[in-house]
Amino acid sequence: MKNALLEKVEQENLRTAELQFEIGDTVDVHVRILEGDKERVQIFNGVVIGRSGSGTREMFVVRRIVQGEGVERKFPIHSPRIAKVVVKRSGQVRRAKLNYLRDRTGKAVRLRERFPSGKQKAELAAAKVERKAAKRAKKASEAE
Amino acid sequence: MKAGLLGRKIGMTQIFQEDGTIVPVTVLECGPCTVLQVKTPEKDGYSALQLGFLDKRRKSASAAERGHAKAAEAEPKRFVREIRQESPAAIEGFETGKVLTVDLFADIKSVDVIGISKGRGFAGVIKRHGFKGLRASHGVKRMHRHPGSSGPSADPSRTFPGVRKPGHYGVARVTSKNLKVVKIDAESNLLLVRGAVAGPNGGFVTVRQSVKA
Repeated sequence: MKNALLEKVEQENLRTAELQFEIGDTVDVHVRILEGDKERVQIFNGVVIGRSGSGTREMFVVRRIVQGEGVERKFPIHSPRIAKVVVKRSGQVRRAKLNYLRDRTGKAVRLRERFPSGKQKAELAAAKVERKAAKRAKKASEAE
Repeated sequence: MKAGLLGRKIGMTQIFQEDGTIVPVTVLECGPCTVLQVKTPEKDGYSALQLGFLDKRRKSASAAERGHAKAAEAEPKRFVREIRQESPAAIEGFETGKVLTVDLFADIKSVDVIGISKGRGFAGVIKRHGFKGLRASHGVKRMHRHPGSSGPSADPSRTFPGVRKPGHYGVARVTSKNLKVVKIDAESNLLLVRGAVAGPNGGFVTVRQSVKA
């Protein structure tokens, strides 16, 4: 990705708000599905086991166990079909690709939970306050 | 007028449509092009617009090129090609020196893109003609990528003309027809077409309105 013009075309196709999740997180992926002319949201729940690619081609893989069978789904991060990704639980992991989970079954699949540190907690709280303030300001300006 | 412009291949990428489908696109930097000459049936025997893309240093242009550009009150151009027009009516309103931009393709659904394919040097029949080659095992000896027989033996005792053989491959004019126009970015002179275009990134291309729509 060297050419500035090519980069520009890709930029226009990236999502504006980056999806917030880490490798090892247990997430709900909200996928928009078109059925005829009706749109509905399907949720895929699982552990993020990797991210790959760059630009518009960036993908992430979510793995879950369905009826004892491992199921993986790979999503394009910047696809408009991904409505949102909700982090349900954060896992403590030490690598970028969790392919070792494929060889595990039963209780061994579990990851140790990662809790935000004191510093991160403060940051999260601050961000929340900021978001609320922004929302209030927006409401106020709309009311005017 | 048959719309046509000169440009440069920037590269390929993929973009999302609103419904989430992914479209593979080639990004072309198209124009601005200067009309260097208007060819008329009276003078030249046919109608066409001669366009020039990207300036060339005067020092590296020939005297003939400098003079030709001067007539259009433009700088000598690096890439000069003609866009053939069907009737004299099509070239009405176009004068030398007029600058054309991607906006020309605003209402056009599909285009043909002409490029010079990448050179592959002296290539064998598998790469050049898509032959299957011989088997990997079962007694095949050092002939895996060979063409096999090139025809009957004693009668006619010669190889028929036109049998496909190894040889030079690439560096040829290749027209990719009916590529869908996905997007136009007038601000940075970009044209996005669906699918691949011949040639290396940075290679010059001629883009014209599809001949067969």
